[in-house]
Amino acid sequence: MLLRTAWRRVATAAPAAPGPRAKAPTRGLRLRGIDLTPQSAVPSDAATALEAESVLRPLYMDVQATTPLDPRVLDAMLPYLVNYYGNPHSRTHAYGWESEAAMECARQQVASLIGADPREIIFTSGATESNNIAIKELEAAIQPDTSLVSVMTVNNEIGVKQPIKEIGQICSSRKVYFHTDAAQAVGKIPLDVNDMKIDLMSISGHKIYGPKGVGAIYIRRRPRVRVEPLQSGGGQERGMRSGTVPTPLVVGLGAACEVAQQEMKYDHKRISKLAERLIQKIMTSLPDVVMNGDPEHHYPGCINLSFAYVEGESLLMALKDVALSSGSACTSASLEPSYVLRAIGTDEDLAHSSIRFGIGRFTTEEEVDYTVEKCIHHVKRLREMSPLWEMVQDGIDLKSIKWTQH
Amino acid sequence: PTQVVDHYENPRNVGSLDKTSKNVGTGLVGAPACGDVMKLQIQVDEKGKIVDARFKTFGCGSAIASSSLATEWVKGKTVEEALTIKNTDIAKELCLPPVKLHCSMLAEDAIKAALADYKLKQEPKTGEAKKK
Repeated sequence: MLLRTAWRRVATAAPAAPGPRAKAPTRGLRLRGIDLTPQSAVPSDAATALEAESVLRPLYMDVQATTPLDPRVLDAMLPYLVNYYGNPHSRTHAYGWESEAAMECARQQVASLIGADPREIIFTSGATESNNIAIKELEAAIQPDTSLVSVMTVNNEIGVKQPIKEIGQICSSRKVYFHTDAAQAVGKIPLDVNDMKIDLMSISGHKIYGPKGVGAIYIRRRPRVRVEPLQSGGGQERGMRSGTVPTPLVVGLGAACEVAQQEMKYDHKRISKLAERLIQKIMTSLPDVVMNGDPEHHYPGCINLSFAYVEGESLLMALKDVALSSGSACTSASLEPSYVLRAIGTDEDLAHSSIRFGIGRFTTEEEVDYTVEKCIHHVKRLREMSPLWEMVQDGIDLKSIKWTQH
Repeated sequence: PTQVVDHYENPRNVGSLDKTSKNVGTGLVGAPACGDVMKLQIQVDEKGKIVDARFKTFGCGSAIASSSLATEWVKGKTVEEALTIKNTDIAKELCLPPVKLHCSMLAEDAIKAALADYKLKQEPKTGEAKKK
């Protein structure tokens, strides 16, 4: 007992608290390429090392796919990767106790970001696992008329925000469980599980500048929501998710949540400005560009644009020094465009012409300007190569053409 | 694949020929809904030899490369020789992965459509070009 109290005084200093509210970190994003060959394999000499270092990497505009670690998150994690490596479920020694303390601290950080009680947060390997747990609950339901509503908070393809509060209200009044996958929303827009009457929520670490391989599920206690565990074992996480909790990863998730809470307002304002800049510049320089998704209920950092008469994958290839993603299906085996774009009623040819621009905490104005400039240049170029553009310029109505099947 | 990128960055023969001309055959294949539309045009001399070709494509990098390559290959061939160009040859030349084979097929279709259009124009009865 004395031992535990003694190290607690030391341990409270351990988790690196994120610094005072700062401006956006100024580290350069045009990272030098690092030499990934193992030391033993290649006889490294100064010259080749330097060569590898001077290779520039593309700008990163794909934050919906994943985000880089915020440096403050890495700072928080490092001690637990190097020094404080105990199993948080070990009850009998300081290594276990300090890891457990860090885990519970992280739990509190996640909880406070969404207005929940820490006892309602279960750590998982990611939002996908959380979604599976939440859906499986449906099978565990006892009453025949119990059902579950599951909605994405912010859509990952077009950035549309769903009316979560209204949906929560309806579910609560009809006694139906409400789950939301908040992977793209946590830490970016204000969320409160009680205000929005959310029963289950999935959280992903690597979407909010935290580490990959970790997430959480929020499970309401009052009124109690029962879930079936996906994996059985040692009964960790209140029996809901067995398996040793990975301390460094959850510390990272916790730190990411705390940083997000501090930076949310500032990030939102800055990202909105950059998004506005991107959209304005493109729309005023190019005709026939459509923004997909309701512009009013929209998260600014996810911009999905369709450039008519230009195919998405060819534009991505043109913008090879910017990391982007498209809603075009040419990259997948089927010729079907994105189901999201189809669902909102996008014309099929426009669905093949869409690109998603992701603006995040570390995106700079120069990166946006560069991307916009290249985009405008290449859309113009590709339109010159496009038979559809040519026909439209000649005054032909594309909808009147009988196209061949293939 | 570097070939595809090369054709994409330095496409050969982008543009249009006069589609009303009797010596020009125009093939328009594909559909915007599928994400691939190719327009291929050939200019044929009195001896039946293709002396010029142009293309325009709405499609991915592989589609652009396939149609660009098609215009290169038809030039200098007679109308009969051009009919023998196969999508498998195009795919092989560009090292297209299986998921992009349909691009080469569409390029072959485009060549055939252009040739068919040209042939139709040569018929004494119909002097008009029919857009396929």
